[in-house]
Amino acid sequence: MSGLGSWVARRLLLGCVQTVAVVLLVFGLTEALPGDAAVALAGDQPDPARIAALREAMELDRPAHERFADWAAGLPRGDLGHSLASGRPVSSYLSGAFGPSLLLAALTVVPLVPLGVGLGVLAARFEDRWVDRLVSAVTLGVYAVPEFALGVLLVTVFALRLDWLPPTAVGYGTDLLGHPAALVLPVLVLLARPVCSLSRLVRAGMIDALASPYVAQARRYGIPDARVRYAHALPNAVAPAAQQLARTVDWLLCGVIVVEALFVIPGLGTVLMDAVAERDVPVVQGLAVVFGVVTVVLNLGADLVAHRFAPRTEVAA
Amino acid sequence: MNDHDHNHTGLRRRGFLTAASGLGALALAGCGGSRGDSGGASGGGTPRRGGRLRAAFAGGGAGETLDPHRASLFADVARAKALYDKLADYGDDLSARPRLASSWEARPGLDRWKVSLRRAEFHDGRPVTARDVLYSYRRIADPAGAFRAKASLEPVDLDASRAVDARTVEFVLKRPTAEFPNVLASFGAYIVPEGARDLDRAPVGSGPFRLVSFAPGRTAVLRRNDDYWDGAPYLDELEFLVADEESARVNALLGGQVEYAHELNPATARAHEGRGRIEIVRLRNSAMQAFAMKTDRAPFDDPRVRRAFFLIADRQELVDGALSGAGVVGNDLFGKGCEFYADDLPQRTQDLDRARSLLEEAGASDLRVTLDTSSVAAGFTEAAGIFRDQAAGAGVTVEVRTGGKDSYWADVLDSGTLCCYRSGAMPIESHISQRLLTDSTTNATKWAHKDFDALYRQAQATKDDEERAALFGRMQRRLYAEGGFLVWGFADWIIGTAPSVRGVDRKAPANTLDWVRFDKVWLA
Repeated sequence: MSGLGSWVARRLLLGCVQTVAVVLLVFGLTEALPGDAAVALAGDQPDPARIAALREAMELDRPAHERFADWAAGLPRGDLGHSLASGRPVSSYLSGAFGPSLLLAALTVVPLVPLGVGLGVLAARFEDRWVDRLVSAVTLGVYAVPEFALGVLLVTVFALRLDWLPPTAVGYGTDLLGHPAALVLPVLVLLARPVCSLSRLVRAGMIDALASPYVAQARRYGIPDARVRYAHALPNAVAPAAQQLARTVDWLLCGVIVVEALFVIPGLGTVLMDAVAERDVPVVQGLAVVFGVVTVVLNLGADLVAHRFAPRTEVAA
Repeated sequence: MNDHDHNHTGLRRRGFLTAASGLGALALAGCGGSRGDSGGASGGGTPRRGGRLRAAFAGGGAGETLDPHRASLFADVARAKALYDKLADYGDDLSARPRLASSWEARPGLDRWKVSLRRAEFHDGRPVTARDVLYSYRRIADPAGAFRAKASLEPVDLDASRAVDARTVEFVLKRPTAEFPNVLASFGAYIVPEGARDLDRAPVGSGPFRLVSFAPGRTAVLRRNDDYWDGAPYLDELEFLVADEESARVNALLGGQVEYAHELNPATARAHEGRGRIEIVRLRNSAMQAFAMKTDRAPFDDPRVRRAFFLIADRQELVDGALSGAGVVGNDLFGKGCEFYADDLPQRTQDLDRARSLLEEAGASDLRVTLDTSSVAAGFTEAAGIFRDQAAGAGVTVEVRTGGKDSYWADVLDSGTLCCYRSGAMPIESHISQRLLTDSTTNATKWAHKDFDALYRQAQATKDDEERAALFGRMQRRLYAEGGFLVWGFADWIIGTAPSVRGVDRKAPANTLDWVRFDKVWLA
């Protein structure tokens, strides 16, 4: 157990280093781009005197390393700094947008696991028979459709033609739970591709495991087929799927920009798009910190799950 | 197996999310149609009181502000207009019309103006006074604030200006300014109560609606101001909603989630026009579309090359291709439909032979130029591609260079030789003072001529309207003959409304008084 403990500690330390590296990289790259928040705000009125005044007001005239040091000094206190565009605290940007993102991610993940694993197991059970062919064909087909196209299609059919569901969540703000009907289409769009990738991974893992020597051995011992399948093969198939699932959750939380834009859901992806367009460096950095932490924690969790299900699968520290 | 993160590249592939650029979108729009049969509401009938109208705009995300002096996006302006008033605002022909000012009068030298205020109240019941006006203007002019309208107020000497009495302001100007009312109407010059500081959180204006709640980047709910000086609005409530993506605004309108959608694509307009499900409102002559030639450097320092370029452009093809037909051709002058616009000049058309011979005369037969463009505005990259092909017909090689969106306007101000350009509604006088004088701050064509400056000063010192019109006519003839702006078109500004919405003005270009004005709108 102490081995696992030190492994977790090492992973956490590495995660911190990775997050710091991401933040530094984001800052460096944003600084390297031509123009800045003052130029972006001046827009089509690039009066040099006004740009200079804006730069002074935003303290962009100070050296980059000083600004970064100031911002970093606030981090231990949980202070993510203030937006250049509005002067409001970055934390208020994140807290406002985190709710909708978290809700969408949760609503997507809950049906995702049973659906993805179930379809994968089903396909593997009937390997190369018509059920498998059907599941494989459909999942491959749906996987090939980009979210945007799928979203437009679903909105046109279910919202505009049939009038069953609202086309967007506009006007509901953060009170999305109060309007569950508005969440159906976004969740369907978000589910579509992860379900496909997850089920295909599970199917491949199952088939691999079922063909493995230890399953053959288990069968020779006369262990019932169902037990071999679900107690021995499935855990091995789930291990790689857990990592894929972590990536999916990460992707969901870090702002599914297309879905947020199409359905007008004010989540983290929208904040990111706006902040990048405005060159609002503190907000972008704040998001980088949040995304970095979320990614590190989720991957650690996934590795732990994989470790638990299939201890032999070595996980790189 | 691909992981899902790769899906983000889909954004770029499909050129999605153009609206999110927001910031640059603002001072769009050229000038407008004539008054005359204006105010044509969508459908007639007697206005009815009551109801709640939800209007969807592209927004600025969580960074949006309610401070009217910081307004920069269309959504900001729409909110500011509902909550506040200016002393004057632009009519459909971009001439100033009195709003909080009831009248204005210049001293003979045109450098002192007496402005009388009408009886109006702020939402907290205090009357609007001369001191509020001076406070507002001084706040805008404060260098520390870096407000957009500061440049427009530049002619005013605010230290010398004073309140004569509670409802009279005497403005002292730095020089004669016949078009001073334009200053009162300028973008962002809203009147706030004296001493108001926290305008982002607790806005108190004199406008037709009062604030109920505001969530930046999402929604602003406003209620009717029953005491509004211009008559209480018909609507009980007005809600501004943010939907950055055009397809989301259209879908919300079609699905009955909003009653008004601002800024739609020509393709959307064509698909739904006349089908009865939604009403399409086209605000004609809205965004001036041009190529800006830098007249201070080769090859465009030779007027013959500029004239040749005027003759290369097939304007109808540009309008059809880059604007999807949603617009009209331009005649190398800003401000079609505006007061003082020189509409007596013949419409220029493509003449490649003449262009070729002009280039030969100028010794530029095998000309190569780089055309800067960017996806910063709708139709820019398309216009650049079309013009490249047209120029090839005259033996000119145009190389299109696509730049980033965020810094496009600052980049093309001083560097390059030829770029895509567009402009918002403003009086022709403002266009000249901001862009075409030696000391103009955003002179993208580097048009600097002492005699042209002198003509402008003479016009500003001329009280008589006809004489002044003649002077603006002279300036425009010069620009028509050899200016740096190849103005090829004026784009429509497209709005969609639910069939029940009445009283939406169909003539007002963006940035004018009747555009995104909701106090005269009602629900049938």
